[in-house]
Amino acid sequence: MSEVRNDVQAYTLRLELVDEPGELLRSLQPIAEHGGNLLSIFHERGNVTPRGYIPVEVDIEATPDRFDNIVEGLSEAGINVIQAGTERYSERLTIILSGHLIETDLSDTLTQIEATRNATVTDISLSAPAGSIDVSSARLQLAAESGSTEDVLSAMRDIADEKDLQLVEPLTVGGRA
Amino acid sequence: MRLCVLGAGAVGSAVVELAAEHGHVVTAFADSESAVVDADGIDADAVLSKKREEGVVGDADPESVFDADYDVLVEATPTTLGDAEPGFSHVERALADDRDVVLANKGPVAERYADVRALEAESEGTVRFGATVGGALPILSTIEDVGPSRVSAVYGVLNGTANFVLSRMAAEGLDYEHVLAEAQDLGVAEADPTFDVDGTDTALKGVIVANVLSEGETEYTLDDAEVEGIQELSGSMLDLAAEDGQTIRLIVEVADGAVRVGPRLVPENGAVAPSGTENAVQIEADYCGRLGITGQGAGGPETASAVLTDVERLAD
Repeated sequence: MSEVRNDVQAYTLRLELVDEPGELLRSLQPIAEHGGNLLSIFHERGNVTPRGYIPVEVDIEATPDRFDNIVEGLSEAGINVIQAGTERYSERLTIILSGHLIETDLSDTLTQIEATRNATVTDISLSAPAGSIDVSSARLQLAAESGSTEDVLSAMRDIADEKDLQLVEPLTVGGRA
Repeated sequence: MRLCVLGAGAVGSAVVELAAEHGHVVTAFADSESAVVDADGIDADAVLSKKREEGVVGDADPESVFDADYDVLVEATPTTLGDAEPGFSHVERALADDRDVVLANKGPVAERYADVRALEAESEGTVRFGATVGGALPILSTIEDVGPSRVSAVYGVLNGTANFVLSRMAAEGLDYEHVLAEAQDLGVAEADPTFDVDGTDTALKGVIVANVLSEGETEYTLDDAEVEGIQELSGSMLDLAAEDGQTIRLIVEVADGAVRVGPRLVPENGAVAPSGTENAVQIEADYCGRLGITGQGAGGPETASAVLTDVERLAD
């Protein structure tokens, strides 16, 4: 087992940096501190995200243990980690929305969820017993980035509030997503 | 121990009925209008049938119970919000006389926890309130045994009426109104089930747990809880949940200094999806992981047994 854990692997980190001097250097420090070997940096300076961040892709080599420490170090430094290795969208969340789903434009609701960037809708099941003009319900299955469950749920609450929909959240306390 | 029982509802009456079996004597018993006091112990059967037939427990003034000889005041009057009166004043008077207090009434520890603790600090008496959360289920005593500072989260179902309604909706595909009416016919739901279905009752219990966990650092009241009820849920929402192996339950979450109550998606046969009127709580603690407590919580005899367990603990 220790043999496997000591294997050096290549990982891709996708970060989003605040557009301020020194941010790139700051984002590389946790990688160096925790023993990652930097392979390449792709700094998309001209390609600002809708939220005003600059996407950066960093390829590194590290052991799985060290890689975990690097991701933790980046989060602790307040660096936005969008993708870490193969962990993107590793958490599955189910929610139920109810209300005037059709009238409030269901496809726009889905687009808004996708726009939150840390979740994607993987399945939807709609129940409209009284036809499209009345109250209907939908179960949505979301794939969320690792560790972003609370952010995703908070975004869902905002969307539900804005459209006057009832949201039934999954129980997530105590790490049970 | 000599008990002074205030409140002659289901819980207070059951305490009077069961006290002797537990080796205690009830020396005073009062409802809001009347009282009976006897230093040698009241005649439980006679007093309870008087209450059933005439609507009073005796001929004495309710005020007179505070002058009776008693060791423990059992406060089982209805839970009230805000100033938690008259329950709070009853606690205050007993503590001022250096007597112990056992609460079945949630109001004083949900709405005025710091005040109760301050009065207790000034008194020789001790306040226990295990019956206020989950009735007979040993939820607060488990937290006490594990140590509040080692508990990171407490969550689950703490209202039997709401759980009954949701489990029936899920099993039968029926709508909320229909099932609630059925629950009222069966006597599971009260004539006015507002606090059960709008989440208030569950939130009060969550607030009490939060107060215990915070160990005096922060005081919680109902206003600090985020509360959503089950009134807007439809049968089709439960059907959608079932398609995915899940169901919806009214869940309280006490974690990270916050109390949240609302309908949540939970695994259909999971630890916090009990059936019928049962309660089910998970306590997450350092070192011992997740502790689950499930069972018939509320009800007169169940809650009375929790009250008498607290009395036993005071006697030790």
